[in-house]
Amino acid sequence: MTAPAELSWEALAVTTPLPEFVDEPLTRTDFVRYQGASGDLNPIHHDEQYARAAGFPGVFTVGMLPAGILGTYLADLFGPESIRRFRVQFREQSWPGDVLTYRGVVVGREERDGERLVTLELEVVRQTGGVHAKGWATVACGGAA
Amino acid sequence: MTSEPYEFPVERGKIREFARATRARRTSYFDDPEAVTPPTFLMASSFWAGPGAAPFRDESRDWSRTLHGEQEFVFPAGPPRAGTVLTATQRVEDTYTKQGRRGGTMEFTVLLTEYRDQAGTLVAQARSTVIETSRAPEKGPEPPGPGSSGVEPPGAEQSGAES
Repeated sequence: MTAPAELSWEALAVTTPLPEFVDEPLTRTDFVRYQGASGDLNPIHHDEQYARAAGFPGVFTVGMLPAGILGTYLADLFGPESIRRFRVQFREQSWPGDVLTYRGVVVGREERDGERLVTLELEVVRQTGGVHAKGWATVACGGAA
Repeated sequence: MTSEPYEFPVERGKIREFARATRARRTSYFDDPEAVTPPTFLMASSFWAGPGAAPFRDESRDWSRTLHGEQEFVFPAGPPRAGTVLTATQRVEDTYTKQGRRGGTMEFTVLLTEYRDQAGTLVAQARSTVIETSRAPEKGPEPPGPGSSGVEPPGAEQSGAES
């Protein structure tokens, strides 16, 4: 469970890509574990009969799971205490068996209130190329300016 | 209109559980008694929200046409740590209407939850954007009913594509 080294302020320029994280295929167990942890127990994400009755081919991913993984991906890269702003917008659904790739790129750098801040654009992409979610984040990088 | 405040104690066990569920690799989430919480951890505050917590709860809302469009967290000094006791209040920050791509209107509601620590310092803001469409999505889910808190209204997370 070794986390990658923090990315340094000096190393990050606008257009610098973040190292990608390709997750294991999503399982129903992943959905259940997240739903239990978060308290969002909408059955559309774990009850096949319920999902089919609602017109879906089966259960689909609870969006806040990939959103949460995108968040811990950032925390793994920059440190849990570095997160200043994190926003996720949901696009197309994802499904059990999907392999999601988490990636991002530096879009801004600034020093403000004694902090070095890096702004990022983020994406969660399905194996089909379809975008499951888009994200934006501001992280503190490298301590005081 | 602001909801009644509710307490949300940030507990180490819940951090460990949430971190594991969201694939966290940082060992501090699992080992540190004063661990910083994962970025989306405040979703779990729904366990502590009281019946008066969601300011839009009493409005009539068609849950079969309700989608979770966006979620945002702001941490002025980073996410809160284990051991912090947060006090949360919720209010509707904004409402607006957009034209959907396939026709019909989409009503957006931005629900803001503010979290303060024991000293009253603003520690975090969480914004949930909830979308109610004027007609059900083509393969829309059954109405699941309001969640335990209204912090994250249930629904298909498929909506942003239309916004």
